[in-house]
Amino acid sequence: MEPLRVLFVDDEDDFRETIVKRLKARKIQAEGAGSGAKALEILKDMDFDVIVLDVKMPDMDGLETLRHIKAMKPEVEVIMLTGHASVEFGLKGMQLGAFDYVMKPAPLNELLETINQAYAKKRGLNH
Amino acid sequence: MEQRYRKRWWQHYLALLSCSVLPLLVFSFVLAAFWEQSAILQAHHSLRDQAESRRDLLDLFFSEHLAQLATIVSCSTLPELDSERNLNKILSGLRSNSQAFLALATLGADGTLHAAAGPPELTGPKEFDAQTAWLNAAIAQGQGVSDLHTGPAGVAYCLLAIRVPHADKPGALVAALSLDSFEPLVQKAWTGNLGDAYLVNLDQRLQTRPRFGGGLLEQPVSLSGTSSALTPAPAPSEATKTMQRLGRNGEILRVAAPLRQASWHLMLTQNTEEVLAPLLQRLFWLRVLVLLAASLLAFAAVYATNILINRIITADRESAACADMLLQGNKMIALSKVAAGIAHEVNNPLAAIAEKAGWLKDLLAEEDIAASPNFAEFSESVDKIEHHVTRARNIILNLLGFARRMEPTRELFDIPTLLDETIGFLDNESRYAGIRIVKAFAAGLPQITSDRSQIQQVVLNLLNNAIDAIGRDGTITVTTRGDQDMVAIDIADTGKGIAPADLNNIFQPFFTTKAVGKGTGLGLSISHGIIEKLGGKLTVQSKVGQGTVFTLLLPKQ
Repeated sequence: MEPLRVLFVDDEDDFRETIVKRLKARKIQAEGAGSGAKALEILKDMDFDVIVLDVKMPDMDGLETLRHIKAMKPEVEVIMLTGHASVEFGLKGMQLGAFDYVMKPAPLNELLETINQAYAKKRGLNH
Repeated sequence: MEQRYRKRWWQHYLALLSCSVLPLLVFSFVLAAFWEQSAILQAHHSLRDQAESRRDLLDLFFSEHLAQLATIVSCSTLPELDSERNLNKILSGLRSNSQAFLALATLGADGTLHAAAGPPELTGPKEFDAQTAWLNAAIAQGQGVSDLHTGPAGVAYCLLAIRVPHADKPGALVAALSLDSFEPLVQKAWTGNLGDAYLVNLDQRLQTRPRFGGGLLEQPVSLSGTSSALTPAPAPSEATKTMQRLGRNGEILRVAAPLRQASWHLMLTQNTEEVLAPLLQRLFWLRVLVLLAASLLAFAAVYATNILINRIITADRESAACADMLLQGNKMIALSKVAAGIAHEVNNPLAAIAEKAGWLKDLLAEEDIAASPNFAEFSESVDKIEHHVTRARNIILNLLGFARRMEPTRELFDIPTLLDETIGFLDNESRYAGIRIVKAFAAGLPQITSDRSQIQQVVLNLLNNAIDAIGRDGTITVTTRGDQDMVAIDIADTGKGIAPADLNNIFQPFFTTKAVGKGTGLGLSISHGIIEKLGGKLTVQSKVGQGTVFTLLLPKQ
């Protein structure tokens, strides 16, 4: 079985890097991107199963990045990461094709569970 | 009513009066004066008409008698006229028709008596001596009527003269005409109880007896003091009118009509009081009616002003309430913006801390750190960090939950938790005021499905009211009860209580016992509305001096 490939997009460096480290420690092939533009750039060269996308980012926000991702690679499952005050953004993201949203700060278990569900859905589509 | 409203009340009241009662009074006053004026004018006109027709009658009387004399002159020769026997015969002939003629005399141009018939005291040679001037004027004009004379026996008469054409010098046939013959014609014009009629000569001497004041040949009382002498008839049929004010007896209307056959004026007077009596009576009733109407208007103005001022008070309260609500709303919007901002800003570092702690935990699980003598300490510290991150996260969630103002939502929640949270908001305020909040929650209360944040708002409002009612030092007891279908929350305070009269009104919008600007009178009405909308009930019980209990009944679904 191929390892699960996850791209984690968040402008908060410490948070992103730690999450990536922890995901890798769980045998997940994880990459980090500090902005929406960076994420799109990485996405050109590499394929991912699940992308975790922060809603609130400077320059290009999560929703806009989501639109580009869905245009580029519609088969990728996207999970929106929202603050409590921006639940609406999470819901809007789902209307735009995101798989689900997770409220920040979420325990890693919760996030992992959602990632696995998204991956299961993607595999279900492919096979 | 407050002082400023009392002042406005009077301002509006006086304004209303000045545009209702005042015009009414002015209008009726002017109308009365106008009526009075026109009644006087009319009386004057009718008096003038009366004077003119009466004057024409007198003129006719004199011209008829002059015509009789003229007939005698034209039917007689000079010697016949100069014959005393013949004159006696003519006089008795005249007197058989009319008692007006008293005596006859034939005079020469120089006033010498040629012949006379009748009582000698009227026809004595000296009787005509004083009349030369008049006689000459009469001879020159062909005929004439003299002023009144009183004979020795008290007989009053005037003289009528007709020219007798002598060959050399013209003479005159003169007749004495008794006052009694024409005085009734004048006195018939006495109208009403105060109207008078009399004749005066150019010297303002009475030629007939008036009804009031003055004897024959005297100056009439009503004319005394008027210096203007009368002038002979300027034009036929003209009647002049003058008016004179005589002290307290009201005004006297006076009309003078000059006679054409004699140089006399017929004077008719009428007291305006008598003329106006019927009008004055009607005016009295008009005034009564106007006064009635004015007082009705004054009362109506009181009523209207009350309504107006009450509206103004309500409007003032409402605008104060609106301003208050706007302020409150702005505060809430600002608060939720600040809360959302803080939440986001704090969330990111919290997330980073949580992940770092998580990573540490991951690492602790690996390798051989477990063998480290401080492993237990590491592990506990990481757990504590995670625990406190969770705590901080919950605080932010609560803050957002309170700040969030959304459309009514339905969620399943726990009443005691909500109450704990809400009471927590007021911890500082109540502690500062020395108020103890006692929680008496029933065990095993079912969760309910409703709008959590709106119910929280209502509870907060009720608790705030309770704190206001107590002021300082007291107890608020929050009790919960419940069964399968309903949950009840009692919020009891030890405050001053609510007067029974106010108890019926406390859920009315804008009802408040606080000063304007201090309370909107909206809190309880909004709370009531919210609870009704959620299918619950908000009731109140109160005893003055003991306190108030608000009971919130909520359906489970």
